[in-house]
Amino acid sequence: MTDAADTGPAIRVIDTTSEAARRRVRTRYRAERRFKLYGLAAIGFSALFLVFLITDIVVKAMPSFTISSLSLEVPVKADTVNPDGSSDPAVIARGDFDKAVREALFARFPEASKERKSRRVIQGLLSSGAADGLRRRVVADPGLIGTTVPVDAILSDDADLYLKGLVTRTLRIAGTTNATPSATSGSVTILLDANALAGDLETVRQAMRQEGEVAQENADRVEASLGRYRARLAEAQSTLDALKSSGTTEGLAVAEANAQKLQSDVASLTSQVEGLRQRAETSLARANTTGGLERLDAALPSILIAINGGMVKATSIGADRIEGDVLLPLASTGTAGKGAWSKIVLETPEGNRKISDTEVALLETLGQAGLTRSRPNWLFFASGDSREAELAGILSSLVGSALTMIITLALCLPVGVLAAIYLEEFAPKNRLTDLVEVNINNLAAVPSIVFGLLGLAVFIGFFGVPSSSPLVGGLVLSLLVLPTIIIASRAALKAVPPSIREAALGVGASKQQAVFHHVLPLATPGILTGTIIGMAHALGETAPLLMIGMIAFIVDVPTSFTHSATVLPVQIYLWSDLPEVGFQAKTAAAIIVLLLFLFAMNGLAILLRRRFERRW
Amino acid sequence: MLDMKVMPAEDDKAAAELAPKVVARGVNVHYGEKHALKDVNVDIPRRSVMAFIGPSGCGKTTFLRCINRMNDTIPGCKVTGRITIDGEDISDPALDVVQLRARVGMVFQKPNPFPKSIYENVAYGPRIHGIATGKAELDAIVIGSLKRAGLLEEVKDRLGDPGTSLSGGQQQRLCIARAIAVGPEVILMDEPCSALDPIATARIEELIDELRANFTIIIVTHSMQQAARVSQRTAFFHLGSLVEEGETSQIFTNPIDRRTQDYITGRFG
Amino acid sequence: MANKTHIVSSYEAELSELDNKIAHMGGMTEQLLASGFDALIKRDPALAERVIANDKMVDAYNHEIEEKAILTIAKRQPMAVDLRQIMAALRVSNDLERIGDLAKNIAKRALAVASEQHPRSLMAGLGHMVELALHQLKDVLDAYAQRDAEKALAVWRADAQIDAMYNSVFRELLTYMMEDPRNIGLCTHLLFGAKNIERIGDHTTNIAETVHYLATGTPLTDDRPKSDTTSSIVIEPKAD
Repeated sequence: MTDAADTGPAIRVIDTTSEAARRRVRTRYRAERRFKLYGLAAIGFSALFLVFLITDIVVKAMPSFTISSLSLEVPVKADTVNPDGSSDPAVIARGDFDKAVREALFARFPEASKERKSRRVIQGLLSSGAADGLRRRVVADPGLIGTTVPVDAILSDDADLYLKGLVTRTLRIAGTTNATPSATSGSVTILLDANALAGDLETVRQAMRQEGEVAQENADRVEASLGRYRARLAEAQSTLDALKSSGTTEGLAVAEANAQKLQSDVASLTSQVEGLRQRAETSLARANTTGGLERLDAALPSILIAINGGMVKATSIGADRIEGDVLLPLASTGTAGKGAWSKIVLETPEGNRKISDTEVALLETLGQAGLTRSRPNWLFFASGDSREAELAGILSSLVGSALTMIITLALCLPVGVLAAIYLEEFAPKNRLTDLVEVNINNLAAVPSIVFGLLGLAVFIGFFGVPSSSPLVGGLVLSLLVLPTIIIASRAALKAVPPSIREAALGVGASKQQAVFHHVLPLATPGILTGTIIGMAHALGETAPLLMIGMIAFIVDVPTSFTHSATVLPVQIYLWSDLPEVGFQAKTAAAIIVLLLFLFAMNGLAILLRRRFERRW
Repeated sequence: MLDMKVMPAEDDKAAAELAPKVVARGVNVHYGEKHALKDVNVDIPRRSVMAFIGPSGCGKTTFLRCINRMNDTIPGCKVTGRITIDGEDISDPALDVVQLRARVGMVFQKPNPFPKSIYENVAYGPRIHGIATGKAELDAIVIGSLKRAGLLEEVKDRLGDPGTSLSGGQQQRLCIARAIAVGPEVILMDEPCSALDPIATARIEELIDELRANFTIIIVTHSMQQAARVSQRTAFFHLGSLVEEGETSQIFTNPIDRRTQDYITGRFG
Repeated sequence: MANKTHIVSSYEAELSELDNKIAHMGGMTEQLLASGFDALIKRDPALAERVIANDKMVDAYNHEIEEKAILTIAKRQPMAVDLRQIMAALRVSNDLERIGDLAKNIAKRALAVASEQHPRSLMAGLGHMVELALHQLKDVLDAYAQRDAEKALAVWRADAQIDAMYNSVFRELLTYMMEDPRNIGLCTHLLFGAKNIERIGDHTTNIAETVHYLATGTPLTDDRPKSDTTSSIVIEPKAD
């Protein structure tokens, strides 16, 4: 003992005052600050991404939360909607309400409606579901037959998008001078005061110049690559020649094919360059002319003139006149004063958009009459899918998702929790349970599409469960979620302090009583969290559902577990794939709905956890 | 007093009163490869306190847990030998462990009340064993147990509060109340005061002294002073063996075995 | 003594300090007894004064040992052999203090008889007693230091010799007194001195018992061979 006292550690004075020590301290503080900054940067970065993502989705989704409609006074005539006069709702429901609405719209354009061609254009403005509301109202109240009913007719998605300003930037400029049209229909010349359109002319020429320059630049670029292709062609040719002269047959065929391909590439590039050069030349030439009339073609912004109650599309403009075709007949050839006429400039050329100038003319006229309006799009939440963007809604997939989740939850929660309890608390620790455990962990890592294939083969192929139903979807997703729930539940059970188990066993509770009376209630919050995470995972899953046919186009809202249905993520996938512009907004809106569904589920989880949480 | 005409039955009763409550013979415990307890023989007298002392890992808790077969819950644990309570072999695999644990209560090192109300904590045991037939009887058991555990005065106005809201010492007394509510014959205490302050410890010791009149108490403790204070007999365990067992007064003043001496005087190692 | 040391080294130091103090105190007590008797024989008042003064130091030692022992009990809560050691130290120091007091008493008598003339032969029996008492005291202190129960037992048994000697000195002094009444004063003092030495022997046996308990943990329960019969001696004046 005395030895120990003698050989004890020497007392050491820690140096805290020297420069080296101060530097050490500073370095330590710096390292800590740096680490904090890294952490903040990481959080900021992810927050930024999140904000960016959410903003992008919300902005993209905004248009789909409103819809444009047309206020029409529709005379509901008995002969169109109730041909046999039976007043039977089933018969009325089959009545031609579309015609009623259509004719109410034609009535606004008596002149234009005379021709079949323009009638088709006019009726194209209306959605195919424009008369649905009216039909419902009349079926509910047959007394409306014979009266004139105000109807909010939904416009087609092209018209809708135009009115939301998503198709083209539209400038509406009131006329600053007097304008005198030469005719009321056909080709017309509108005479204006001198130089009233000089600015527009310059704008058009500017556009021309720009186009020419872009074409020239493109031509230069293509030419540069053409040069490279030529060099490679020459090289390939010489290789080919060398092969030929050496008489070797090996690789000859390859070299020949290569040379041929390059040759055709060079030829196509050459013609491309020529085309571009020509376009550049003509564009620039037109841009550089002064005075005279400038012809407007489909590649240039459209200019519409609303005058004397009609609409004229400008085909060429000069400094003091506009020549054009009448789209909607004018009422007279009288001179329109300052502000009594207006110029509508559609910046996107007609060739680059789906809505024609004629349709724009109709919409503008209706708009000036104050008939078009924008209203909240409740239809989006109240209808199923549709081929028409303006009619497509989220309800069927929302209900599909909910039904699928119910099946998944009803299967997963009891099976998963019971499996976890057995494995964690009761199963003997031997090779078999180890194997089961390893396999559960492996299952959690299996790609989800494999579960889809399994579902297809087993549930649909073998058990004959109706395909594309929430039932089979729920079954497949259960397989997917089960490992997650088992693992999470086991972790939650393991986290319950053993002292609670011992306390219960100590007062003479059986193993099962200890687990169900004490351990399980304490593990519940953890189990719920795991379950909700698993369910959220299932809710967002697409791949396995594609395999079991839930990708179908479902218009009707599913009413049972065996009804064909689709789910939100699949709906999003389907819409994102459609070419119509209207569906882009729908896609974003559906994503928002999916996110809200997830938030609701997480909120529920937090609520349940709070309720079950107990301290120990 | 020493009447010659004592009835034979009373004589038997007196003899039974003198016979040890718990008898262990040749108890060995293996945890897998580890020989945790080596051939332990001990007699534990009824209505007294027996203290087990010894350094950490010496097997005293292991032996304690053999008495209510708590070791059954540990995988890989093998107990051999014979432990009897009132002559009944408890290591018999046919014996119902749950019933055994109702007869042999246990109080743990860390106070571990259930995360339920004070009332529920005490009522749980009687309820699962079907001891009380009605609400009134259950109430009486709960109140009686809390009273015997010396906790009633402190908690009678808040029986609905969670057991975990009590202080450490109160929690431990609640655990004792929970153990005695089932009406056990033997109470095992595994370092019941190791997490408590001296005042709470004194309360528990006082309680143990009171409970001694009705229960056979076996306490594992690391505090030799505590063992000396509360127990009538003391057993010293070392490296899995029972080294010495005897009257507490003898063990702490004049132990026979050198290892006991070294341990209790702080000369170990 | 246990060959293992305490885990807490300061505890070990406290215990060994107690032992050291006992050893010192024992040495001083021996010195006191020897000097006190010397003063009596040589009729040396100065030496007697020194002995009386030195007894204060023995008392101080006793106090110190008591304090240290109590403090150690409070701090360490000693168990088993340690507890016995501390209790033994307390008791031994108490006994030594009493021995010191008795030695002081002898010295006081030396002062009282310093002026009187008396034959040396009167002192012979007393001298043997002191010698034996000193020997016993030395042995019991050795036994304490070595925790030697056998040696302590030997001391314990040997007390009978002192008692026997005391009996013979008692008779002898009585005889002297009867022979010559002038001797009565001196002999009474010597008688009390002898009684003091006999008391010292008893304290030594107490220490021996303590040492035995310390070493074995069991108290000496047999009746000690008592041979002090003076309390029942009646000497009839010779009827001549």
